[in-house]
Amino acid sequence: MIFLWAFLVGGAICVVGQVMFDVFKLTPAHTMATLVVIGAVVDGIGLYEPLVAFAGAGATVPITSFGNALVHGALTELHDQGWIGVISGIFKVTSSGISAAIIFSFLAALVIRPKG
Amino acid sequence: MTESSADKEKYKKMAMSSKEYQNFAKTREPSRSIGANCLRAFIIGGAICVLGQVIQELFMHLLHMKAEDASNPTVAVLIIISVILTSIGVYDKIAQWAGAGTAVPVTGFANSMCSAALEHRAEGLVLGVGANMFKLAGSVVVFGVVAAFFVGIVHLILGTGGQ
Repeated sequence: MIFLWAFLVGGAICVVGQVMFDVFKLTPAHTMATLVVIGAVVDGIGLYEPLVAFAGAGATVPITSFGNALVHGALTELHDQGWIGVISGIFKVTSSGISAAIIFSFLAALVIRPKG
Repeated sequence: MTESSADKEKYKKMAMSSKEYQNFAKTREPSRSIGANCLRAFIIGGAICVLGQVIQELFMHLLHMKAEDASNPTVAVLIIISVILTSIGVYDKIAQWAGAGTAVPVTGFANSMCSAALEHRAEGLVLGVGANMFKLAGSVVVFGVVAAFFVGIVHLILGTGGQ
């Protein structure tokens, strides 16, 4: 059942992105930045966690979950360490995603000879 | 002399005004309705999320992780897949068809970094790969961090941090 919800919710978030491309004529960079901010705000009011519990990867795979994870790290550290946590905690949860993207993109650039 | 001026006349007739050209280009553009684009984005985007769910279930069952612990390695695996597909040129082919369906999932984030790294490889590892990797993905990181900072500040002021 979780697979069906993952498909429906994940697909729906992508449709929101497509509408921003086609209807509002935003560039991909504007669209992604907007979606990340939406994800951060939605987690800020405490609604992203229930969505993850409901849709699993349908909520954690789209880029909105990046905003969610940034806020999550900040709030967890805020709880544990006080006000400085707002800054020190931001990358705590997203580290694996960003690190993986940097490392493997770099390795790809070392190995692959681009055509043209 | 007379011949060349005659030629000029010919070329003048051939040239289009920019408005004419725009109309001409519009008739040649493949027509893709917004509905069809959204359907494609929905199918591919949903399929990538289902793939993520499958990987997450594998982590949960094989390594006995909890759902929240498994989502980070799941994202990392999706990123590896995306980088490989980008390197062999498959991801961009899918992206042409799927639009936002491949851009919105985290795989699109990795694709933008990997393709920027490959594109600028010829300029060297430091000035090319290092400096350009975040050219497209940078705005996502910057706006995400700034938004997270302000959300954190609001929670700090309201005293509701870390529920």
